[in-house]
Amino acid sequence: MTHDTITLIKVGRRKRQRRWLIVTGLLTIMTLALSMMMLMLGNTIHPVGEVIRALFGESIEGVSFTVTTLRLPRMLAAILVGFAFGIAGDVFQTMLRNPLANPNVLGVTTGASMAAVFCIVILGANNSVISTASIIGGLATVIVMYVLSRGKSFSIGKLILIGIGIQAMLNAAISYMMLISAEQDIPSVLRWLNGSLNGVTMSAIPPIAIAVAILVPLILLFSRSLSMLELGEQMATTLGVRTDLTRVILILGSVAMISIATSITGPIAFISFLAGPIAKRLAGPGFSSLLPAGLVGIVLVLASDLVGQFAFATRYPVGVITGIIGAPYLIYLLIRMNQKGEL
Amino acid sequence: MVTQLTRRPSSALPLIRKQKTHVPALLIRWSLIFSILLVLSSAASLAFGSRMVGMDGLVDGLFNPSVETYEANIVRKRIARTVFALLCGAALGVSGALMQSVTRNPIADPSILGVNTGASLFIVSGIAYFNISSAASYMWFALAGAIITAVFVFGIGSLGKNGATPLKLVLAGAATSAALSSLVTAVMIPRSHVMDQFRFWQVGSVGSGSWDNIVLFSPFLLFGIIIAVICSAALNAMALGDEAAKGLGVRTGLIRLVSSLGAVILCGAATALAGPIGFIGLLSTHLVRLILGPDLRMVIPGAALLGGVILTASDVIGRILGSPGELEVGVVTAFVGAPLLIALAIRSKVGSL
Repeated sequence: MTHDTITLIKVGRRKRQRRWLIVTGLLTIMTLALSMMMLMLGNTIHPVGEVIRALFGESIEGVSFTVTTLRLPRMLAAILVGFAFGIAGDVFQTMLRNPLANPNVLGVTTGASMAAVFCIVILGANNSVISTASIIGGLATVIVMYVLSRGKSFSIGKLILIGIGIQAMLNAAISYMMLISAEQDIPSVLRWLNGSLNGVTMSAIPPIAIAVAILVPLILLFSRSLSMLELGEQMATTLGVRTDLTRVILILGSVAMISIATSITGPIAFISFLAGPIAKRLAGPGFSSLLPAGLVGIVLVLASDLVGQFAFATRYPVGVITGIIGAPYLIYLLIRMNQKGEL
Repeated sequence: MVTQLTRRPSSALPLIRKQKTHVPALLIRWSLIFSILLVLSSAASLAFGSRMVGMDGLVDGLFNPSVETYEANIVRKRIARTVFALLCGAALGVSGALMQSVTRNPIADPSILGVNTGASLFIVSGIAYFNISSAASYMWFALAGAIITAVFVFGIGSLGKNGATPLKLVLAGAATSAALSSLVTAVMIPRSHVMDQFRFWQVGSVGSGSWDNIVLFSPFLLFGIIIAVICSAALNAMALGDEAAKGLGVRTGLIRLVSSLGAVILCGAATALAGPIGFIGLLSTHLVRLILGPDLRMVIPGAALLGGVILTASDVIGRILGSPGELEVGVVTAFVGAPLLIALAIRSKVGSL
């Protein structure tokens, strides 16, 4: 390698690094701006100054209650859940090397949802039980999927078909439990179909906050191995990656995170599917897309929730908006893959 | 050529004769078994429920119109529901058989391909924007939705080199379903009366079975079954591939169009009245094919009979498990049918499915 090529590579690397930093920075700024809007907007609009003062504990009449009790939990939930869905979705898509292989399509969120609905409708359980149960539900779904799709001829197609079958059963169980649930629960019922931030209270925040605080660093730690896994199993082994350990940790970590997120807001449609591809497109190749994907997840959830709350005459839950944005993109992706003959 | 025929070794002749007689015997035996199953499931559907009815009540209710006991009246009330379940099951079974042979693909079922969700969206929009409430208008909206969705899903699924492979069709169906169900929720949320009306329709239940609905439903069922019967021979030829079928004089494009239309009408009409009930087509067609072989002239009537039996039996199971209320039949069929879908996915290589 001549000196020139080395400089060229270095320049290229610096260019990609700059792009990654700019994109991540911009996404962070967008996150902050949108979070501020979440706190300011509502039936009454509070100016920035008052919101900030209320956040720092000053009690302002008419402001403190709305901001800290009603809007703050909603904003925090949106940020944490969006981050969790975005990162976990990107892990799945990168590891299985297929944008279609995301927790939504594979039924992980449905498994967690089903466990949460069971706890709420049948057992009437409290928050910590619900979180635990939904983790178990999500993990159980993954384990069942793994056992079923194992064997000589593993393919993503098989995995997806099995996922659709499992989802059909879980969804049937969910809709049955909804029918037997009490009349006044109907609004909350929709949360478990599409996902919603309505009625999130401060008490729901700690489980997801703890999960994100522990699991995100762990996943980021292993993300270098993940980008080597992208080159293929054999290549990664040659480069010294412990492939099995990496896979297990990444899958378990993402599933646990997604399950807890689902137990709070329901399966917000398509965030885990959209965040990865958008982040990759924005941040370019060469650097891990995990952090940008998490940020894109946050921005999507916050923006969709703002649109759902204020753009129309009625307030729509966030999942309806993300579903209407996300499903056409999925169809577009399918058309593209079909035309290229990748399916 | 002629000499070759006359010189056929004599040992082959009995074999051929044996094969010719083989089919009717099988057919007779199995149509007997299917009829027995049909009678059993109907009897069970009349007798079981939140209140069990004994043999006497069953006979009285069916054959002695003069007897006015409590049990006999319960049986009479359940007749409409049972007939409705049988007819819906038949429609869904034939619809599944047609879809599977048109797309030459073992994983085709109205629920998997998203056709049901299309019907749902149109019905919800109808309730919300056009104030429809009669069963007949449900029917027309559901049919329109089913047809448009089917065209869309098949369109996306058959793009690309290899035509409509199972994986492509299923994915196109799942994606379309997801898009449509978001729209359904969006239409529903501002209107709580729509939500309440729709919530019960959405699970899929034959509890709405009444004589009015049966009268409304029968012409569509008849129309669809006639189409299926007429097309079955041509579809048999098309199973050999389009080229071979054309060589045998089949107008493949026309047959494909007509039989898809029949399939969509059957499942659209059933969905309109009973709600989205999944997997009946998948289950009955695979069972019949396992028993009677791939000849569509036998698969179609078989799928009709067995579809009726499976739906009625699932309804009975739902009523027993959910007693004193009921477990909607859509939930039961999902739990019976989805494992079959999974088994099909596991057994075969998806590419060649």
